[in-house]
Amino acid sequence: MSLLSRASGRTLGRVPGRGRVNTRRPVRFTFDGRSFEGFEGDTLASALLANGVHLMGRSFKYHRPRGPISAGSDEPNAVVAVGSGPALQTPNLVATQVEVYDGLTAQSQNRFPCLQFDMGAVNNLASPLIPSGFYYKTFMWPRNFWTKVYEPIIRRSAGLGVAPTAPDPDHYAFQYTFCDVLVAGGGPAGLAAALTAAKAGAEVMLADETAEFGGSLLFDRASRIDGLPASEWVERTVAELKKLPNVRMFTRTTVFNYGPHNMVALNERLTDHLSAPNPATPRERLWQVRAKQVVIASGAIERPLVFEGNDRPGVMLASAAQTYLNRYGVACGRRAVIATADDSAYRVALDLLEAGVKIAAIVDIRPKPDSELFRKAKAAGITVLTNSTVQRAHGSQRIHSVELAPVLPGGDVGEGKNHRCDLLLMAGGWTPSLHLFSQSKGKVVYNAELDTYLPGESAQAERSTGSCRGLYDLGEVLADGLKAGVAAAKDAGFEGEVDLPLWEVTSDAIGRGGFTGALPRRGKGLTAMAFVDYQNDVTAKDVKLAVREGFRSIEHIKRYTTTGMATDQGKTSNLNALGIASSALGRPKQQIGLTTFRAPYTPVTFGAFSGHERGDLFDPDRRTPIDPWARSKGAVFEDVSLWRRARYFPQPGEDMDAAVARECLAVRKSVGIFDATTLGKIEVVGPDAAEFMNRMYVNGWTKLGVGKCRYGLMCRENGFVYDDGVVGRIAKDRFHVTTTTGGAAGVLNMMEDYLQTEWQDLNVWLTSTSEEWAVIAVQGPKAREVLAPLVDGLDISHATMPHMSVVEGTIGGIPMRLFRVSFSGELGFEVNVPPSRALEVWERIWEAGKPYDMTPYGTETMHVLRAEKGYIIVGQETDGTATPADAGCGWAVSKLKKDFVGKRSLALPAMQDPDRYQLVGLYTEAPQEVLEEGAQLVASPNEVIPMNKIGHVTSSYHSATLGRSIALAMVSGGRARMGQTLYVPMEDKVIPVTVTSPVFYDAEGARLNV
Amino acid sequence: MSDVSVSNSLAVSRAGFTATPLKGGRRFALQGRKDTLEGAARAFGLSETPAMLKSAAAGDCTLLRLAPQELFIITGDAGLPEAVTTYLGTVPNSLVEVSERQIGWTLEGEKLRDTLAALSPLDMRERSFPVGMVTRTLFGKADGMVWRTDENTFHLEVWRSFGPYLSSMMDAAALDAAW
Repeated sequence: MSLLSRASGRTLGRVPGRGRVNTRRPVRFTFDGRSFEGFEGDTLASALLANGVHLMGRSFKYHRPRGPISAGSDEPNAVVAVGSGPALQTPNLVATQVEVYDGLTAQSQNRFPCLQFDMGAVNNLASPLIPSGFYYKTFMWPRNFWTKVYEPIIRRSAGLGVAPTAPDPDHYAFQYTFCDVLVAGGGPAGLAAALTAAKAGAEVMLADETAEFGGSLLFDRASRIDGLPASEWVERTVAELKKLPNVRMFTRTTVFNYGPHNMVALNERLTDHLSAPNPATPRERLWQVRAKQVVIASGAIERPLVFEGNDRPGVMLASAAQTYLNRYGVACGRRAVIATADDSAYRVALDLLEAGVKIAAIVDIRPKPDSELFRKAKAAGITVLTNSTVQRAHGSQRIHSVELAPVLPGGDVGEGKNHRCDLLLMAGGWTPSLHLFSQSKGKVVYNAELDTYLPGESAQAERSTGSCRGLYDLGEVLADGLKAGVAAAKDAGFEGEVDLPLWEVTSDAIGRGGFTGALPRRGKGLTAMAFVDYQNDVTAKDVKLAVREGFRSIEHIKRYTTTGMATDQGKTSNLNALGIASSALGRPKQQIGLTTFRAPYTPVTFGAFSGHERGDLFDPDRRTPIDPWARSKGAVFEDVSLWRRARYFPQPGEDMDAAVARECLAVRKSVGIFDATTLGKIEVVGPDAAEFMNRMYVNGWTKLGVGKCRYGLMCRENGFVYDDGVVGRIAKDRFHVTTTTGGAAGVLNMMEDYLQTEWQDLNVWLTSTSEEWAVIAVQGPKAREVLAPLVDGLDISHATMPHMSVVEGTIGGIPMRLFRVSFSGELGFEVNVPPSRALEVWERIWEAGKPYDMTPYGTETMHVLRAEKGYIIVGQETDGTATPADAGCGWAVSKLKKDFVGKRSLALPAMQDPDRYQLVGLYTEAPQEVLEEGAQLVASPNEVIPMNKIGHVTSSYHSATLGRSIALAMVSGGRARMGQTLYVPMEDKVIPVTVTSPVFYDAEGARLNV
Repeated sequence: MSDVSVSNSLAVSRAGFTATPLKGGRRFALQGRKDTLEGAARAFGLSETPAMLKSAAAGDCTLLRLAPQELFIITGDAGLPEAVTTYLGTVPNSLVEVSERQIGWTLEGEKLRDTLAALSPLDMRERSFPVGMVTRTLFGKADGMVWRTDENTFHLEVWRSFGPYLSSMMDAAALDAAW
């Protein structure tokens, strides 16, 4: 009596005494609303299979019923959503990796209305009409149908799961770390490598993507190491590693990206397997590991065989069935047929037979398989058909029979015979997992003997070990792992002698085998669907079609057919696609090459990538010392680079326009107060400070007296405006430079760059003082009257302190640099004080300003005031292609200086072209019409479309001061067009405008000099 | 951020990690060529300029060598010793007070390294970052400076407006470090 028949009852496929699941800890979970029982240690796939459920999903394009073909992260079919609710449902997980826990809810995807009856399956009937490239060929016309009709329909019907709609309530941790040796993969080779590297003294990190270390040893019942069953050896070795203080071990942790300079990313899943995780625990932790040496022990993946119906539920990889049996205690069927090109399948047959699964037949594509395992299988009475193939698997939602047929001399396939079965296993040989090696930029090399690609020369400090480099014999794998560990430790600087463990290994002798491409078949099979890439529904026919349509490169075939481009990264499909392309092209595989593997190795949640950088911590939220005051006055804020700045101060009932109009008038009539703290500031100090300024800025600085200020304009080497700001000369060898808020860091970097690379001879040094000084701007005709009583006896009269001057002093005993400057066109001061005292100073000025109806104003008003004066804002009027002259600042460019950054470029003929865009003002014909910033300008409204654009609006406001709208614009040959009428074509109308001077208010500057 | 006074709101206290805002003291960025820095170090009473990324104490002043031509000097409230300012009056250099620019914390606790490792890409293990070492680096998205003052104590400074951001990031990182 077999184990299996005794197990019949509540869980169909569970085999007592087999597997590593904890049968004393049953868990209940639901799949598509149905309740099931599993055990602690099960994956969703193993638990469903134990309940006789193979159908777990619908395929991407044809909506074909699908079950799992694998038991690991290479699974293409069993893609499910886990969790429920708008925030907590995680789509696109593979059931072979999801660990069950009490209360887990999972749903199938890509089906409507349900998994068993899916309307989308009509695509399957229509499959001859929708081959590869169908979308490109069919949905071209009418053109506007693409975005509105075709694409939304295609996206809805062909697709994966539904993204959550509410914000993710989980949190995700992030950590950088360092180690001497990182071992990627905790199978036999990885365990051996970690052990010897650690014994050599190296700091070791060992990571495995599954819940347990051991890899293939967890489902290997045949091998003995030191006389121990493989799984017991794993326990012993893991325990030994855990005792070593220099080893950090991570399960449920995927090494998913191998970046430059041995920076390797790991994703550790901390709570997904728990029924009731502590809410404080991060869901996942992203590790960025800088490893001196990396040992890649990523193993090998079994290859499916390509034949008609190879995607029917119940068809799976032989190693998967073995894993379900030996690791999870689940028999995936009762009557199995095994199709193989490799000896390892015979061991699977023997394992299944021992557990009570009937083996209907083994069909071996090889003419004369001959190994000890082959003989054992024969001896066990199993029918073995050699030199035979699978013609077709029958069944829809579960396989029920398979036609096996002989391969005739010459390669044709003869008449076959149907064999009844509920499980069809595929063993196409092993594909070394090259993803991480390939990500590390190592070149893969074709190995003819193994008929696969193997790691070639390393590009980084890494080495591959074990079956990922084509070693399949357990003894060889372990020995290779030991060697890799020692070598990695040595290369990381740990040269000490290591006592290598001498492990006695007995395991199945393996022969050579494997098959790539499509199995031979009888007939052309024009309607046969033999899948190469299950997840993207790419068939053997599709690959051949791509070749027929002229694609030669594997990279092009991949993109045309989408083979290997699904979330499983072609783990099971790449080599078969290559085999098919190779025979269709009539060229050997090594001449076709392998496509590039891209990170991540398996999908990673967005949450893990963002870590804490979400919500308030997405970016630093920089605030000035005046921020609390502005908030208390009801300011509306805006982001300016990382700073939060007050935009305007609405009074009850006011909208922005009303508030800004009031603020503007207040500054022009009396006095306003404005927080200019965010301006960038750089202290340029040293005996060569003036010379440095002369070289950096277009202006001349030699003659600027101490205590005086000048508007400074800076170009890049290409002659285009980069930044501007007022510069004050504090001492002969000390300048207080201001920059734009957003440009502060860039200007300092550019200055340092020139200083460190071009002008190392200059004795001058730069210090950022942006946050050493808070800046309170007091602007308006009454500014002096407000400030004079506060500045501790400083004479700030026009005679002593004219426009564009600077003085050091105190304000109420607090150290101050006082600038007389103006960005409003009015008499103005900028009070620079230490930020820790700035609020105090602000409030004192505010008190002193009350008799003058002092008004706080924000950035919006600042913009309007400066536009009325025609002052540019770098990045608004300029766009990286404007010279100083274009921006109306040609006057600032020194004609006397021998050189400055950008001078050479400014001398180029193109820079003198009279048709260059130049800064002008615009008046609309209707004075209340406010143009849209960015609107285009044309010479005539009657031009045919596409019209000839001659400029664009850069700034546009309603000016309360002038009682009408104003705009600044960059216009081709603008300064020669004064008085001309131009046109702004809008969607619904054309707005005529008159070109005018960009200075709309107080052109002679009388208000500044009072 | 709440409205409580800045220094209180910037403190972080979690199991295994505390960040205590620094109080008092002044900061000076001194830049100059090799001879100038050497002269300055001697004026402080030191025999030589601290090596790159190393620190040295002189009375109540600490000299941090942040760049080939830069000494960052932390002093008591009295500021620089007269001998130093006198010397600097005689040689080309740039001395800029930045006491207001920076704010900082003393970091302590057994989860200190794990917390820092969530913010900085630098290797802070003793063998790579021994006591007395100092460097500028990134903490999340904030530029800053970190100095190891003791086996389990670090001194960290950032520009003033990054204080609330960094305090929140340290708090979040310290919470995670427990797992």
